[in-house]
Amino acid sequence: MSLFTVPNIKLSGLSACVPKNTEDNLDCALLAPADREAFVNTVGIRYRRVAEAGVTASDLCVTAANQLLDDLKWAREEIKILVFVTQTPDYTIPNTSSLLQEKLGLSKNCIAFDVNLGCSGYVYGLSIVGSLLQNMVGGKALLLVGDISTQTISMKDKSTAPLFSDAGTATGLEFSLNHEIHFNLQTDGKEFDDIIISDGGYRNRVSEKSFVEEEHAPGVLRNNLQMKLDGVKIFNFALREIAPNINALLTEKKIDKETVDYFVFHQANKLMIESVRKKLKIEADKVPYSLHDFGNTSSATIPLTMLVNLSHALTTQRVKLLLSGFGVGLSWGSCCVETENLVCSKLIEV
Amino acid sequence: MTLTEFIEKFAECFNQTPAASITATTEFKKLSEWGSMLTLIVIAMIDADYEKTITAEDLKASNTVEELFEKVKSK
Repeated sequence: MSLFTVPNIKLSGLSACVPKNTEDNLDCALLAPADREAFVNTVGIRYRRVAEAGVTASDLCVTAANQLLDDLKWAREEIKILVFVTQTPDYTIPNTSSLLQEKLGLSKNCIAFDVNLGCSGYVYGLSIVGSLLQNMVGGKALLLVGDISTQTISMKDKSTAPLFSDAGTATGLEFSLNHEIHFNLQTDGKEFDDIIISDGGYRNRVSEKSFVEEEHAPGVLRNNLQMKLDGVKIFNFALREIAPNINALLTEKKIDKETVDYFVFHQANKLMIESVRKKLKIEADKVPYSLHDFGNTSSATIPLTMLVNLSHALTTQRVKLLLSGFGVGLSWGSCCVETENLVCSKLIEV
Repeated sequence: MTLTEFIEKFAECFNQTPAASITATTEFKKLSEWGSMLTLIVIAMIDADYEKTITAEDLKASNTVEELFEKVKSK
């Protein structure tokens, strides 16, 4: 386990942008009519936001970031760090964050780079930005986190198509004495292929074979340029790893669980999160869900849930949050952060 | 941990299948309600109530409820 504290860092604001285009799992032809309601009740996802062709994760993040900078009243030249967490970049080369620096009108004195992480990406992103910002007196940073996962899946694959949704988010962070964030980050590459797009990288280059659709199980048709997700293995991974990761963070950093106002989990699957919640003996009203209306937006689920479900508390109170992200890699992590009068932009739909 | 108790808990995982129709010899994967949702619900139940991890291979290797019970017991 990698347990550490980043001092001198605080969250200042939060925004998110989702496509207007909405799909309803009760109309999902991949699921038998009798199974649709059971799916919504068990997995917890009814509606999914699907970006139109040509719209990228960076487009959604630009919209979110522009709104956030306006709401925070931060000048563009004040931003010293831009980190873009995504697994759906604009191009293989170059890094999308360079395009974002230009599109957002940020200074040439701004550090900008991409981070290739999915469901754990928001927590990792906070640790990366925080670690850079902690010694930058007066510094301000943008953490942009988003994915258009609907472009990576087969619409003939019932193990992925009813799950994924698109979103882009922006989080503003700044140097601030007397603030800190505690982290516990972990990795297990042994199970790297539990969630994978096997072709299109440099291990398996794109070939004619990459486009050949195969039936891996009834209702599970995809090619090797589309995402494979082993649902049972990921479910067991979450049951095995998430509660111990959070308990270790709480114990090591001497955080009384009762003082945490909200536990915001990556929105993967309601049954999975409820199982983890019960293991941790957390009251149900401390665990918000956005997945019914927004599905699994990969790296963006945690900030999206904070914005959609907790805006009122975050903008008006001092709130102690425990954030937990887990998934592709396999990669997982939690962090404990206190916010006060966070600026929360209104959710943008495009 | 008894077989009777396990059958009860296993039957509670189902929504449409009457509990009375599930016995030790029921070949659960042949039940019309069985599918990917039930797989996760049963895994979650076994994790919560027995603190044991059941894999896809374990489920594949078990045909009857009793066979699954033996698998859980052996872990």
